[in-house]
Amino acid sequence: MIQFLNVSKRYPGGFDALSNLNLTVDAGEMVFLTGHSGAGKSTLLKLVMLMERATRGQMVVGGQNLNKMPRRQIPFLRRQIGVVFQNHQLLFDRSVFDNVALPLLIAGFEPRDIGRRVRAALDKVGLLSKEKLNPIALSGGEQQRVGIARAVVNKPPLLLADEPTGNLDPKLSAEIMKLLQQFNDVGVTVLIASHDLVLIERMGKRKLTLEAGQLVGDEPEGGQVDQGGLL
Amino acid sequence: MSQESQKPLPDALSRGASLKQLSLINLWRSYCRHHVSSAHDSLRRLLVQPLSSLMTCLVIAIALALPQVLSVAVSNIDQLGQGWQGRPSLSVYLHQQVKEPVAQRLLSEIEKRELIIEGRFISPEQALEEFEEHSGFADVLGKLERNPLPPLLQLSLAEEASLEQVQALQADLQARGEVDQVDVDLQWLQRLQQILALGKTLIWILAGLLALGVLLIVGNTIRLAIAARKEEILVTKTLGGTNAFVRRPFLYTGFWYGLLGGLLALLLTEMCLFALSGPVAKLAGSYGSSFRLIGLNWFDAGFLFLVSSVLGWLGAALAVGRHLAAIEPK
Repeated sequence: MIQFLNVSKRYPGGFDALSNLNLTVDAGEMVFLTGHSGAGKSTLLKLVMLMERATRGQMVVGGQNLNKMPRRQIPFLRRQIGVVFQNHQLLFDRSVFDNVALPLLIAGFEPRDIGRRVRAALDKVGLLSKEKLNPIALSGGEQQRVGIARAVVNKPPLLLADEPTGNLDPKLSAEIMKLLQQFNDVGVTVLIASHDLVLIERMGKRKLTLEAGQLVGDEPEGGQVDQGGLL
Repeated sequence: MSQESQKPLPDALSRGASLKQLSLINLWRSYCRHHVSSAHDSLRRLLVQPLSSLMTCLVIAIALALPQVLSVAVSNIDQLGQGWQGRPSLSVYLHQQVKEPVAQRLLSEIEKRELIIEGRFISPEQALEEFEEHSGFADVLGKLERNPLPPLLQLSLAEEASLEQVQALQADLQARGEVDQVDVDLQWLQRLQQILALGKTLIWILAGLLALGVLLIVGNTIRLAIAARKEEILVTKTLGGTNAFVRRPFLYTGFWYGLLGGLLALLLTEMCLFALSGPVAKLAGSYGSSFRLIGLNWFDAGFLFLVSSVLGWLGAALAVGRHLAAIEPK
């Protein structure tokens, strides 16, 4: 699903966010991406969505070569990737329903399909009863669940999450993770950037560790491979 | 939450990993739907803030109505001139020493020409009498030792006489010994035409400048609208909205500003014409004319709407082109 080959990203000003990264995430995997702030987690996710372009290296996402992708194709790549943000990025000028419906409107779904799919997604995250509310009236955990519903509503094959539990207490965080895992259970590839190590350990999924823009650890699912005291 | 999340996946989501392929016809329909919803939504946003929208539309309306009113004024004056051009006349001033019999002979000779419908001889005495009567200078004129006015032949020409024919006749008469000076009463009309042509050019220049103003007004308004909706634009782009998708509501906003501005401009123009029609009718009446102001016709109104909405759209397109590209999710 995701393949990085010798990928480097240097920001203007000379900061190397990623250097010589090699990485493969297979379809249907659930992978955690961890590391300190500034280790390059967010940059990696941005490269996958083409919010940033790699300075060097080859990138293939969903069978599409991102290096050669022209600007006008980028929106169509993004429609196949669901994203969950730490600050959820909901729009407070419209209802929960309309927030979740946005990806479907963009992709051009029929209105009756939109209603059905939005309600299914909201039902999945347990917020069907709040579809008419403004997201500002919801708690932090609920807002994050609306964000997840929006990310999965058009059934993307790939789901990215950037610190999805960053602002939540441990209980809510566990619930969010469980929710993400349920999407992985039905075949969605899930890549989560997080530094909540306790939670990641408990999930027992594959864990990639970044440090200063380099991949320094790759623990397979269920494995407890020693990382030379890195963690 | 935990109980809810344990539920089996609903049918609509259970197929998981595959974006439903949308057929071409579906895409076309969704494209049209987005046009309709953008148009609807942008109009709704304008109406939600009626006062500030009205202000913007009013500025546009004034910029459009000004050249409109001026051009209506010019075309009315033009119309007035056209009406009078029909009966050109020549005033043939003879030398002082030319006596009435000679003048009468000359008149009957000239009258035989085809262009001349009728001629009238006005003797210096008659002329002085009329002048005294109309000018109110009777006392002063009475003190004059001798009549300074020349004998005059007043010739009415056929309506179909062209300017060249009239000028040829003028030159011909001028060449005769008895004739001192020939005035064509068409000259003022010629000058009027020239002034009107100048006026029309000035109106076009003014209209061009004001159209540029409308572009800037709409552009600036759209720039503010883009800034106010930056979050939404970012999220839309992150979720895979194309530039066209993001642009569309703003283009419609510009279009609505233009169209509503045009509507108000029409209203303003009609109000100006209505306010002027009374005084104009009075003035025309005092000259014994039944002249009435000619307002805008359907074609003018349609043209105004077309121009205003195109200007609104264009202003929005310029602003969107400049400012939307700068908003990219980071």
